[in-house]
Amino acid sequence: MIVTQFLVIAAALFSLGVYGLLVRRNAVMVLLAVELMLNAVNINLIAFEAVIRSSQAVGQVFSIFVITVAAAEVGIGLAIILMIFRNRQSANVDDFNLMKF
Amino acid sequence: MTHLVLAVEAGAPELVSGGFFAQWAGIMLVAPFVAFLLIVFLGKRLKYLGAEFAIGAMALNLVWASILFVQNMSHGIFREENFEIASIGMFDGRALVFELGWVVDGLSIMMYFVVAFVGLLVFIYAVGYMHGDVRVTWFFASLSLFAGSMLILVGSPNLIQLIIGWEGVGLASYLLIGHYWEQKENSSAAMKAFYTNKVADVGLILGAILLGLAIGDFSFAAINEAAANHAEPLEAVAFAGGLLLFFGAMGKSAQFPLHIWLPDAMAGPTPVSALMHAATMVTAGIYLMARTFPVYQDLVGGEAARQWMVPIGVITLFAMGLLALVADDIKKVLAYSTVSQLGYMMTAVAAGGYTAGLFHLFTHAFFKALLFLGAGSVIHAVHSNNMSDMGGLRKEMPRTFWTFVIGSLSLAGIIPLAGFFSKDEILATLDHEGYQAFMWVAIAGAFVTAFYMTRAVALTFFGSYKGHGHPHESPALMTVPLVALAVPSVIAGFLNIPGVEFGGFGNFTTWVGARVVAMGDHHPEAIDWTLAAYGLTAGGLGILIGWLLYGKDAETQLARDRFEIPVLYPLLRQKYYMDHLALGMVGFTKGPAARAVDWVNTYVLDGIVNGVGGGVRLMGRFVYGGLDQRGIDMFFNGVSAGADSAGLALRRLQTGRVQQYAMGFVVGALVLVLAIAVFN
Repeated sequence: MIVTQFLVIAAALFSLGVYGLLVRRNAVMVLLAVELMLNAVNINLIAFEAVIRSSQAVGQVFSIFVITVAAAEVGIGLAIILMIFRNRQSANVDDFNLMKF
Repeated sequence: MTHLVLAVEAGAPELVSGGFFAQWAGIMLVAPFVAFLLIVFLGKRLKYLGAEFAIGAMALNLVWASILFVQNMSHGIFREENFEIASIGMFDGRALVFELGWVVDGLSIMMYFVVAFVGLLVFIYAVGYMHGDVRVTWFFASLSLFAGSMLILVGSPNLIQLIIGWEGVGLASYLLIGHYWEQKENSSAAMKAFYTNKVADVGLILGAILLGLAIGDFSFAAINEAAANHAEPLEAVAFAGGLLLFFGAMGKSAQFPLHIWLPDAMAGPTPVSALMHAATMVTAGIYLMARTFPVYQDLVGGEAARQWMVPIGVITLFAMGLLALVADDIKKVLAYSTVSQLGYMMTAVAAGGYTAGLFHLFTHAFFKALLFLGAGSVIHAVHSNNMSDMGGLRKEMPRTFWTFVIGSLSLAGIIPLAGFFSKDEILATLDHEGYQAFMWVAIAGAFVTAFYMTRAVALTFFGSYKGHGHPHESPALMTVPLVALAVPSVIAGFLNIPGVEFGGFGNFTTWVGARVVAMGDHHPEAIDWTLAAYGLTAGGLGILIGWLLYGKDAETQLARDRFEIPVLYPLLRQKYYMDHLALGMVGFTKGPAARAVDWVNTYVLDGIVNGVGGGVRLMGRFVYGGLDQRGIDMFFNGVSAGADSAGLALRRLQTGRVQQYAMGFVVGALVLVLAIAVFN
């Protein structure tokens, strides 16, 4: 079995995520970009598991963890964005410059 | 706790611990204090206003002391009872304890006896003398306080208890001199006595500390034993300690130049003068010298100290006797006589005559108390102290006259009265110890003594009466004590005739010699009749010349006093200007000396202090301005300024834009990846 095509897809997906993370101004879109990066990692994990076939299915277990963490992260992240939106009537991350000197 | 310390030197008499009376001798010390309390609280309700208690306590003491005295004759007693009161602390690895107690030995028994005997007679006399006077109850309370303190003093087994008694008699003396305090000069005299004694007490206390700490024990037994064994630590302080103790004794025993308080102490009632300022209290200094005699006898330093003490005693005995020649107040005559006789005692003890000094103390107590009580009897009759208000009283007051004459003859040293034997023993001691020059001064002093006593007798009892009213003999309460004192004034001398012992009972020498440490003073085998002849001739000449000058008729008697030898007469009348000197010293201390000290303080000491302060301030200014502000602070300021500007520059990086941080992450991660790729 050839893993290359999976790795290429995952790299493309990760790069898209990074791009979205750095360029998007809408906070919700930034969160979506983070999700893309996490799922790129999941693809990698599954692909390598398929090659190695470890007896305890480590790759699948890790990807389940990542999905769980991602869900939790999105939950908290959306809640924060919602609160900021209520205060500022904006979801633009350029307006979120409170955390500076 | 009981010890029987054996004599450490060969030749000391064998000592026994005595029986019941020695064991409980402390009752004698306590009885007067009980009497004091009873008088204060109950005295006013009684017929004699409290005198009953005082007399009762003294009668008990006399019985007790007489029994001890007799016991001590056959077997020398030494017994000490000590009760530890407190631990003062540690010194040189030894525990210093403060003990109270009593010592019963030859010396203290003799003093117990004298205090009780003279005290009892004076107390009885005082009932008559003070009849109808002010504050009689308090007077007897103070007398009891005095008797108790004096017994505490002479019964003390250690220096600390001695100081307690010493201050106690000083207090009683102050109270009694100032008994008639309504008159300013009386309270001033009391203050003068107290202050003068306080000056001397400093010496006593320092001396006690010096000797006590040298061997880590304040008890006389320990100090005397250490002295007899020539202990090194005691030897080191013997000179200074001996002189300091002597300085203390100079105050209480009125040695020149600290005698100035005693003549003024005559402001007190006459019984007080008789008991305290003649017979007992003033002998405390002699007693102290005798109690610590081994320090002066066996140590080189103590010997050296004695060489300073003898001249002071000699000056006192002669110069103070001269003052009695010009006094008009009969009590002042006796007061100067007392100072002079104390000079004899001190000279004797200082010259090494332990027994001679104590024997004179013993006999003097009787005849001087007799003379004072006789003078009091006269004063009581004529209501004046001045001999120019007396005269011709021998007819009106025969008992007073005869007893006074006996006392005078005894004081003048006429054979065979008590004064002859004790004075002769002092002369013999001076001769034997090699103080021939001083011996001649003492003989001259005997002449002066006889002269002033003859003058006093002549002015008081011969010639014609110059006062007011009709004097009459005093009541029996006063004359009986006179007679009772006249007896020992006559016979006390027989107790110590050189070479004569009373069978197995020894004589005065062996009685007072019953001590822990044997006294090494000289005891002649027989009377030296040559010396006795000198002394008798001096005394006889004094009486003869005195009689020729003052004995005739009353009108010329006073004219004789106006003999007024230039220089000498004013010198004597002004008491050698000693009072002026003392006042001058106080005035000088308060005035010029204080100002000089102030000037030195303001300009010299303050200058130094200010200079040092200014220097320190300049230095501080340099340290502050130069080192701290410019050096250290500049360094820290520079560091913090650098951090400040660095922070100011760097904080621009923190924009608060999360995506810029993320860009940093990504760029950094890419750089790392590239680096790994390149360097692998």
